[in-house]
Amino acid sequence: MDLSVVILIEVLYAIASLILISAGLAVVFGMMKVINLAHGEFMVLGGYTTITAVGLGVNIFVAMLIVAPIVVGLFGLIVERLVFRHLYGRMIDTMLASWGLSLMMIGGFKMIFGNTTTGVAGPIPGFTVGNYQVNGYNLFIIVVSVLLLLAMLALLRGTRFGLIARGTMQRADMAAAMGHSPDRIYMMTFALGSALAGLAGAVLAPLVGLVPTAGAAFIAKAFITVIAGGPVLVAGLASAAGTFGLVNQVFSFLVSPVVGDVALLVTAIVLLRLLPRGITARFFRGRL
Amino acid sequence: MAETVLETEGLTMRFGGVVAVDGVSLKVRARELRCLIGPNGAGKSTCFKCLCGLLKPTEGRVFLRGEETTGWDPHRIAALGVGIKMQVSSVMDGLSVQENIWMAARRHMDARAATDKAGEVIDRLALGAIARADLGRLAHGERQRVELGLVLAQDPWLVLLDEPAAGMTAEEVARMGDIIREMTRTAAVVVVEHDMQFIRSLASTVTVFHRGRVLVEDHVDRVMADPVVRDVYLGKGA
Amino acid sequence: MQGDARRDTGLAVILGAVLILGLPLIADTNMLTLLVVYGMLALSLGLIWGFGGILCFGQAAFFGLGAYTFAIAGINIGESTLPLILAVLVPAAAAALLGAFMFYGRLGDVYLAVITLVFSLILFRWLSTTAGPAYVIGNARLGGYNGIPGFPLLNVPGYPRWELWGDPLYYVAAAALLIVFLLVSWLLRSSFGRIAIGIRENEERVSLLGYDIRARKTVLFAIGAGIAGLAGALFAAWAEVVTPSLFGLQQSAEIIIWCIVGGLGTRFGPVLGAAVLTWVKIVLGGQGAIDNMLVMGLILVLFVLFLPRGIAPELARLWGWVTGGTRRPARRRAPRGGTADG
Repeated sequence: MDLSVVILIEVLYAIASLILISAGLAVVFGMMKVINLAHGEFMVLGGYTTITAVGLGVNIFVAMLIVAPIVVGLFGLIVERLVFRHLYGRMIDTMLASWGLSLMMIGGFKMIFGNTTTGVAGPIPGFTVGNYQVNGYNLFIIVVSVLLLLAMLALLRGTRFGLIARGTMQRADMAAAMGHSPDRIYMMTFALGSALAGLAGAVLAPLVGLVPTAGAAFIAKAFITVIAGGPVLVAGLASAAGTFGLVNQVFSFLVSPVVGDVALLVTAIVLLRLLPRGITARFFRGRL
Repeated sequence: MAETVLETEGLTMRFGGVVAVDGVSLKVRARELRCLIGPNGAGKSTCFKCLCGLLKPTEGRVFLRGEETTGWDPHRIAALGVGIKMQVSSVMDGLSVQENIWMAARRHMDARAATDKAGEVIDRLALGAIARADLGRLAHGERQRVELGLVLAQDPWLVLLDEPAAGMTAEEVARMGDIIREMTRTAAVVVVEHDMQFIRSLASTVTVFHRGRVLVEDHVDRVMADPVVRDVYLGKGA
Repeated sequence: MQGDARRDTGLAVILGAVLILGLPLIADTNMLTLLVVYGMLALSLGLIWGFGGILCFGQAAFFGLGAYTFAIAGINIGESTLPLILAVLVPAAAAALLGAFMFYGRLGDVYLAVITLVFSLILFRWLSTTAGPAYVIGNARLGGYNGIPGFPLLNVPGYPRWELWGDPLYYVAAAALLIVFLLVSWLLRSSFGRIAIGIRENEERVSLLGYDIRARKTVLFAIGAGIAGLAGALFAAWAEVVTPSLFGLQQSAEIIIWCIVGGLGTRFGPVLGAAVLTWVKIVLGGQGAIDNMLVMGLILVLFVLFLPRGIAPELARLWGWVTGGTRRPARRRAPRGGTADG
């Protein structure tokens, strides 16, 4: 009984962290059909921002939930203006440029923070379920990701930006024809996606030691979650993260964490082959 | 009577709840020229895509020269000797006219013979002046003509053309008509078309589609005179 | 046509020979061997991406497979000739399977990129964990993160004692690159190559001409992987150790950068891109002020923004300008680069 509670928390945590990792990428991909391969480095930037802010005496929750998203969002805005806006409509070129950006950021991190592991202590103490120790911070991640999904739904359903965004996702040309400048929408979207990446990196920073190359581990998972999720934003995120998180944890528990990762990747390949346009292209058409 | 080269039996294509093609049975004989006409959404283009393998029909069967080809991939159908031209002009943009046509010929002959064949097709379509030019730089009408060249170079016994005259000048349309009539010396030609002027100039048997079904099938002059056809399709413009 | 081909081959052989014999006069052969190996790796991606339109984000997987095959087979067999052949065949077979899986599923560009990337990540993750004594293939221990050292180096066929390293290894690798370059040129002139270029230009149209594009792409993908595998084996013979980092994301990224910088759709461009950028990286590695990943990333971004067709087409234009010749101008293709022959 105790064990099953612990396993349930582990599975939920795995799903929640996948949602967090992928949300920013999913927003950018869903709206702009741009795959930002520097997404992982945006997350790492969020992590470093948190650590730096905490070092300067800022409260850790403020640093994670407010400072990091703002800093990374602004960074994304600048990069979008400088690089990506020149490449819209050229999907492969955008991917390549973002890969270049990712390498640049890794190089920059190495020069600024050094090629060592930097960490920040988790702010929430653990507790026990029966004989098992549970990391209290995992519950915090689960809560954050649920709130994030709800916020995304609210944004898409309830606001003017959400309406325009939904229109743009369906038919970018039509939204433009109705007078909504795609340039500004793209700029806002990219900044929002970057801010979400910053949030994810910040929130996950206490769990993973940050190294300059930590982004690579994030981007692969985020990339496959978003592609496998398909065109429907929130349902896609939830379903793909659910599938991969479950597979990952089951195999991690039965064999080892690395086999869990490999199983996740193999599932991704098989899933993409069977549903080449993503889970939601098949099962959740026309929803959010 | 010439042999039947194309036959469909109760061809049906549904998209969700919409029945785009509903039990169409066609027969086209060798060296026949056949036009498929009908208002927008009548199902002629969907039917066309089922014939060349771009869509897999929900029900019904397709036979080419007696062989059942229902659900085959396009490349297998084309490899039988069927020349296909889609509505939107589709060519290899980065390659020259000669290279494009060579590729069409190469499938059923060796490289040297394909080079000769390409030269022959280029002469026949009067493309000599632009033979070395990249397709990406050509005007719409020229691209359409090159695409017909691709079809010719395949030495097909059945040609499927989707709106070949769309967006062309009157002069180009006239030349297109000549090329199509010349094709019928060796092949059956099925043309999906909107332009009534053009269909009249081809003076062929016409199959009229309406709401996914075949409404009438007759010579173009009698079809034009048919009051029912005028009602569903020609009433306004023709 | 025939004359063109002969002139092209002659030019490549003469230029190749001059470079192979001349470069050791101005540079260290140890470094040159690495440039040659990376040049071959770049050529493998340049072939499938630049001419076949197959964007593979995991070309490093086949490079790594070649290197590991060479090392593992070498330890088990005790000489290098058969391992070298296996190092071509194993990656080619793996690519044929993966390619069939992808191309028969009609996956688009982005999905191809994801799957190839994930494929190399799987190998990377898995090999990184094979440290224990349980992970052996024959007599070869996989060695986890530290990889496999101490396998037989390249030897003269039939004479396992005559190992090639240093200068001889450079000449063998360079000759291999020249031969591969000529084979690729021949392939691109053949009907198969010309149709592959047609598939890059317009997949649907080529299939409507009656060609089975899935089978053709799978074959081309496997050929590219075989070349990458050969490069991997030569790399292993040069480095004398193979590690999982061969499969890494950064390795894959670099191969793509070489192709973009050198010029896609050209044969010489990727080789040139690999050689120049590897040299730059080695020079940068000698100083501590600027991280070389920063520079590589910046180069990629700048090329995508300002020179998406790479340097080779520009060089070709310069050459035409210098000689005042009437060569056909480099063709322009918007998103994926040009098809000029460099």
